[in-house]
Amino acid sequence: MNLILSLLLATTTLVHQQDAEQQTAKPRQGTYAITNVRIETVSGGTIDNGTIVIKADRITAVGTDVVVPEGAHVIDGTGLRVYPGMIDSGTRLGLTEIGAVQETNDSSELGDVTPQMQALSAINPNIPQIPVTRVSGVTTVIAEPSGGLLPGTAALINLVGYTPDQMHAGGVLLLVLSFPVNRTPRFFRGGSPPDDFDPDKKYREAVEKLDEIWDRAELYDRIDAAYAENPNLSTHPEYVPEMAAILPVLRGEMILMVKVNARKEIEAAIEWVQERNIKRVIFSGVSEGWRVADKLAEAGIDCLVGPIFSTPTRESDRYDRAYANIGMLADAGVNVAIRTGQSENVRNLPFNAGFAAAYGLGKERALRAVTLGPAEMFGIADDYGSIEVGKKANLMLTNGDPFEPATQVLGVFIDGFNIPIDSRHIRLYEEFLHRDEGRVQPVQVQPAVN
Amino acid sequence: MIFKRLSLFSGLVMTLGLFSASLSSAQSNVVNDVLIRGATVLTITNGTLQNTDVLVQDGVITAIGTDLRAPGGIKTIDADGQYLMPGIVDAHSHIALSSVNEGSSPVTSEVTMEDVVNPYHIGIYRALAGGVTTSHLMHGSANVIGGQNETIKLRWGMINPDDLRFKGAPRTIKFALGENPTRNHGRRGSSGSQPGIRPSSRMGVEAVLRDAFSEARNYMREWADYESAKLNHPRQTSPPYNERLEVIADIMRGEILVHCHSYRADEILMLMRVLEDFGVHNITFQHANEGFKVAPELAAFGAGASVFADWWSYKFEVYYSTAYNATILTRNGVVTSINSDSGELNRHLYHEAAKTQRYGDLSDDEALSLITINPAMQLGIADRVGSIEVGKDGDLVLFDKHPLSVYAIAQKTFVDGVQYFDRETDRDDQRLRVDPSAKLDTYMEQETGVHRFVKSEYVTLDILFEQN
Repeated sequence: MNLILSLLLATTTLVHQQDAEQQTAKPRQGTYAITNVRIETVSGGTIDNGTIVIKADRITAVGTDVVVPEGAHVIDGTGLRVYPGMIDSGTRLGLTEIGAVQETNDSSELGDVTPQMQALSAINPNIPQIPVTRVSGVTTVIAEPSGGLLPGTAALINLVGYTPDQMHAGGVLLLVLSFPVNRTPRFFRGGSPPDDFDPDKKYREAVEKLDEIWDRAELYDRIDAAYAENPNLSTHPEYVPEMAAILPVLRGEMILMVKVNARKEIEAAIEWVQERNIKRVIFSGVSEGWRVADKLAEAGIDCLVGPIFSTPTRESDRYDRAYANIGMLADAGVNVAIRTGQSENVRNLPFNAGFAAAYGLGKERALRAVTLGPAEMFGIADDYGSIEVGKKANLMLTNGDPFEPATQVLGVFIDGFNIPIDSRHIRLYEEFLHRDEGRVQPVQVQPAVN
Repeated sequence: MIFKRLSLFSGLVMTLGLFSASLSSAQSNVVNDVLIRGATVLTITNGTLQNTDVLVQDGVITAIGTDLRAPGGIKTIDADGQYLMPGIVDAHSHIALSSVNEGSSPVTSEVTMEDVVNPYHIGIYRALAGGVTTSHLMHGSANVIGGQNETIKLRWGMINPDDLRFKGAPRTIKFALGENPTRNHGRRGSSGSQPGIRPSSRMGVEAVLRDAFSEARNYMREWADYESAKLNHPRQTSPPYNERLEVIADIMRGEILVHCHSYRADEILMLMRVLEDFGVHNITFQHANEGFKVAPELAAFGAGASVFADWWSYKFEVYYSTAYNATILTRNGVVTSINSDSGELNRHLYHEAAKTQRYGDLSDDEALSLITINPAMQLGIADRVGSIEVGKDGDLVLFDKHPLSVYAIAQKTFVDGVQYFDRETDRDDQRLRVDPSAKLDTYMEQETGVHRFVKSEYVTLDILFEQN
């Protein structure tokens, strides 16, 4: 039996131990102890030969002198390592199933100003992409809508659960603003741009539109506040869903996630969020952040950077700019997290982190950028992002550096659920590796022609 | 025509002396001798050699060993602690092409990518920086029988497209099955609202193939009849010449290798049956996301598979895929490669190969074979490239760490012993000539996934020309 199969079986056994009669391996909470394991806490260094105790959804003990509770399912972690589960800070996971099949795509709604659209409502908890992703150690992702200027609200989700509400992590929602772009798109739907296409004009109009929307939202905010103060004296203000969706951002209750990439647009976006006095703001994408890293650092704006696997934004740029961008931002003092921008291949998050590490970010900061970094940015660091007593049990168990392709992820806990290391990809492997093994009569295969 | 336009431009530029010295010198004053000392040499075909020297003379590997003597004045590189592997061979690429699809007919064997190679495409340099030295420039997948492909070496800085050709590489041709040809021809418009032509189904794809091969067989017979009749009847007139059928005839004569865009197991089996009926045996299935389901049949036919490491679910016919595809194919004896089909992905094919150690248990040599000797076999150039052996071309790439590590960075890339990429001297600004007024803000959305629908529509230095 080859290495991976035996490892897979070893992990499946974890689940079978607790419930041998179960036919289908399914995620299960309980009391677990991972012993003799190297613990990469992220927040408090490395603990060798340590033990982690998990009860229900929480980590209840971490350290070297931990008593394993009676009745706990014990997982011997000798030679293995535990890391916090990885967080992908920008994906379409759950919102799309098959890229080219329109009927399965729900990440984009008609219209330019649709902030009331809720990505969380369209998450499909049961698509095969979710198990495919989580067995890689990615436990939590931002699922974001896209499309117009204000396409809706993104949500942070754990990759376990049967309803979007069960998946919703830390109640995190972010209002998405796709900052206006000043460029001629390379690709127009249905052909080339019209001859009179004027990117400057289009950009000015889009910024004016954004300002107008924001003026109105601020007015709506004042009316709403006035009514709340004096409900008996005022008439009930008209409900405008678009405006109501922006309110939490104006009041500092929700983060505004500004999607912005090119240099001059990043500069314009910095000015805009400062003028508008946006209290909680994060930039996402930021592929040309390295050109204005100092300005981003000075503005104190956190950045969700990626995909790392991108070509440089300009033909003339160094070939490795997209790999190096995040490290240059971090060097300038910007808080960074990594986003893959992916749907079915969010599992490449650790490899995005590995390339970021190699091209300047370094391993330690890269690990932070997929764990505690984003948890802090999203305001959920009390519950997520590191291995500490009292935090959510979102963990991965590996036999090595999680960013190295050859490393196997042997166990995953999300929200305290022991996740079966199982996915459609693994099942197809198990079925087809030796496809005809199950036949009584051996198959007559024609001899090779050459 | 495109050749003429390009060479006119470049001739002009050269005359005006605008080309940087480093690039123009690549042609006139080629240094193709190099001694790389003390590397860990990943030969692919002969294991890993520690602390070994590799000597390249006149573009060819002439010695592999320890303490090799450098012939007088030869450039020597100290590669102590570094890893030397053969240049990566990308069996499916669309870089350096000014057009990709001649989608006007289900059969377009008469067109060839040879006519549309663009030596200025920045994608060549970016691929080199990821250790690629040979790329198989393929026609698109709009047609059942598409155009002929072109195998090139990434000789960045050349001006004449012909200087990029992999001389001696066999001719290859693109076929395509499934959703793309049926959508492009049979089901035009949204949901097939416009009338189309065959094929609109996988049955139709088979029929188009059989018709084309049958027609070509008749054509061969007519010409054979004419050739023999001519001996007795000198005034016999020849049948009309037909380039489209000539090319298909060459496939049946075994002179052209077939590389077929395919996904589903059923269509892979179908093409093998059709090829068997027409005596064609050189076939590599490109993409072959469901190749793992028919791996024993592929192995028995002697067919190759050139796959993605992990792409899936971007369209319906790749929904039932597995990232373990390359491993299953390899374990069943299929000659398998991992390709890029992308100007982003071809920059890290060594990393794509490494994924077979997460999704499967391939050894280092097996994993690296997927991007070296195996694609070389599929392209019919394994006698020249794909491994580090004496007598093979000096196509080499030096990494600072083992190339299957996620932290590895390519340091130097050689094609025919000529160094075309050096990380040490790589420039922040890749423009050949900086024009402060040039507007190069040609930014495009970088979300991965975009390339699935819009492949290789890059504009390159003509941006500069337009600005001036």
